[in-house]
Amino acid sequence: MKLKEVFKTTTLAAATAAMTTLATPAFAEILIGSTLAITGRASFLGDPEAKTLAMLVDEVNAAGGVNGEPIKLIQYDDGGDPNKARTFATRLVEDDEVVAVIGGTTSGATMAMIPIFEENEIPFISLAGAVAIIDPVKKWVFKTPHTDRMACEKIFTDMQANGISKIGMISGTGGFGKSMRGQCLDVAGNYQIEVVADETYGPSDSDMTPQLTNIKNAEGIQAVVNPGFGQGPAIVTRNYRQLGIDLPLYQSHGVASKSFIELAGDAAEGVRLPAAALLVASDLADDDPQKPVVTGYIKAYEAATGEPVSTFGGHAYDAFKMLVAAMETAGSSDPEAVRDALENTRGFVGTGGVVNMSAEDHLGLDLSAFKMLEIRDGNWTIVE
Amino acid sequence: MSELLQFVFSGLTVGAVYALVALGFTIIYNASEVVNFSQGEFVMLGGMLTVFIFEAGLPLWGAAFLAIFITALVGVLLNKLAIEPARGASVVNLIIITIGASIFLRGLAQIIFDKQLHRYPSFSGDDPLHIAGATLLPQSIWVMFGAAFVFAGLYAFFTRTLTGKAILATANNRLAARLVGINTNFIMALSFGLSAAVGATAGVLVTPITLTSYDIGVMLALKGFAAAMLGGMGNPFGALVGGLFIGLIEATTAGYLTSEYKDAAAFIVILLTLFVMPQGLFGAKSMERV
Repeated sequence: MKLKEVFKTTTLAAATAAMTTLATPAFAEILIGSTLAITGRASFLGDPEAKTLAMLVDEVNAAGGVNGEPIKLIQYDDGGDPNKARTFATRLVEDDEVVAVIGGTTSGATMAMIPIFEENEIPFISLAGAVAIIDPVKKWVFKTPHTDRMACEKIFTDMQANGISKIGMISGTGGFGKSMRGQCLDVAGNYQIEVVADETYGPSDSDMTPQLTNIKNAEGIQAVVNPGFGQGPAIVTRNYRQLGIDLPLYQSHGVASKSFIELAGDAAEGVRLPAAALLVASDLADDDPQKPVVTGYIKAYEAATGEPVSTFGGHAYDAFKMLVAAMETAGSSDPEAVRDALENTRGFVGTGGVVNMSAEDHLGLDLSAFKMLEIRDGNWTIVE
Repeated sequence: MSELLQFVFSGLTVGAVYALVALGFTIIYNASEVVNFSQGEFVMLGGMLTVFIFEAGLPLWGAAFLAIFITALVGVLLNKLAIEPARGASVVNLIIITIGASIFLRGLAQIIFDKQLHRYPSFSGDDPLHIAGATLLPQSIWVMFGAAFVFAGLYAFFTRTLTGKAILATANNRLAARLVGINTNFIMALSFGLSAAVGATAGVLVTPITLTSYDIGVMLALKGFAAAMLGGMGNPFGALVGGLFIGLIEATTAGYLTSEYKDAAAFIVILLTLFVMPQGLFGAKSMERV
């Protein structure tokens, strides 16, 4: 009697188990991994990125998913720490078994994770700036933000058009400023530009007038470039006006946010900088291909979070949209097929520009992705 | 010539910021020989509270006074909730508690305020004064006067008032102080409140120059601590001179040598001074009883 009961239960359990196993494929989810600096020093970058991804996953799933399968996002917070990022990358690949990864808010975290994705052959789209991520090209690694090298080229193009050939540079010694300074010095020669004064400042310095005094007194100087982000550029801009320097001042895309104008105040008037179209969405020409994309993203993001949009969230938007498009083209979520489709991305219109990937270029943006802006009356104006 | 003057102005501006922060260290140190590592967070609170109260609609001076008052309360609470329960612990333990408190305050500020940079308008506008070909911002003069005022106040407090002397007595020998009728618990609360108020005053004055964010306390405390050590811990005059000295070294190194090594130059001078005079420039020579 008892034995019979046991037998019955076991059969039932086995049957249920079998049914679940059989049923799984019908409920298959596409697992996408992500590790970002949601907290910590880079949280002003990672926070909007994470919110953007969460918003887009809901949007895609509400519309029926990709190839009929819903997306599940596995999100980790590495706090911008390369060690943690590497641990999470291993976990995403080995435990969570994701098919693709978006993430790496900072260049440091990205570089630490690259070997894991290369080895395990998982497509990885980075949201960090450094040119080293995609140069030299790595088979499984892509990125969406413009590089600092492009920012230098854009600035120098604008200088050349204005007949400027001798410039001064004042750079932050933080990772971003240091890397961009190197890239600018590297490409200056291509634009017949000579750097006649090269000064630096620490990321937490509160007065840069000595460095700027030296720049001001440099022979034949015609303009000044300030690679850096955070408080440094705001203080440099204020000191620049304090010293009454009349030369054009160029900032980098690192300060492309409203808060820079607020912090620098009236001193920001006339400052030029390269930035993504997202910043000037309403001023874009109506026939600009990016206009519907950026206005759509701004509207959706602000409705979902109640916060103003930033270019950093835009990088995550581009990465996710590109990944979904690649999965649709490939018709599957197989990592190999997705990677090939990503590499063949052509004419993708994102918030960062029009992307044309190739086997030699895993960024796919050209200089037209940057707009040259000037700050006038406390607002951005396109000057090209 | 105008170059040198510009470097000096820059050095004095930055140095006065360091000096103001360094002055905040002296009070708690004088009361308990504890170096309060949450001093930088008091500076941050002064600036951040002013930003948010000012944005809420109060006039700037009202926001500043309210911010200083609230920060002083935070100081008193810090003493009551974290330092007093650990009564009897060694100085090293208390210092570690203040490090914990600084991390806690920074985390709290991140949640209550935000993670962005902020500033509010300078007190007397942004038009620089032109002096012999060099320029100086009016806010720098505010900071310098603030440092001088706080220094004079502290100096008078410690040498001329009974309460000030009671603070020194408490540090010297707590038991003996109590025996002569000093309420040492009150003295500790007072010194934390005052120290926080001085820190907040620094924050209020320097924010238009340095800008502020939840984590600005770390670097200000580091430079302020270096200035206090250079001048001699516990001596208000030492804090003032130490701060200005570091500011001037940094500015002239950046101007005449190379900006790459200006921090290094400042720290080399500090190290050398401490090798030769471990008690700092103006510190009292101390002897340890064995």
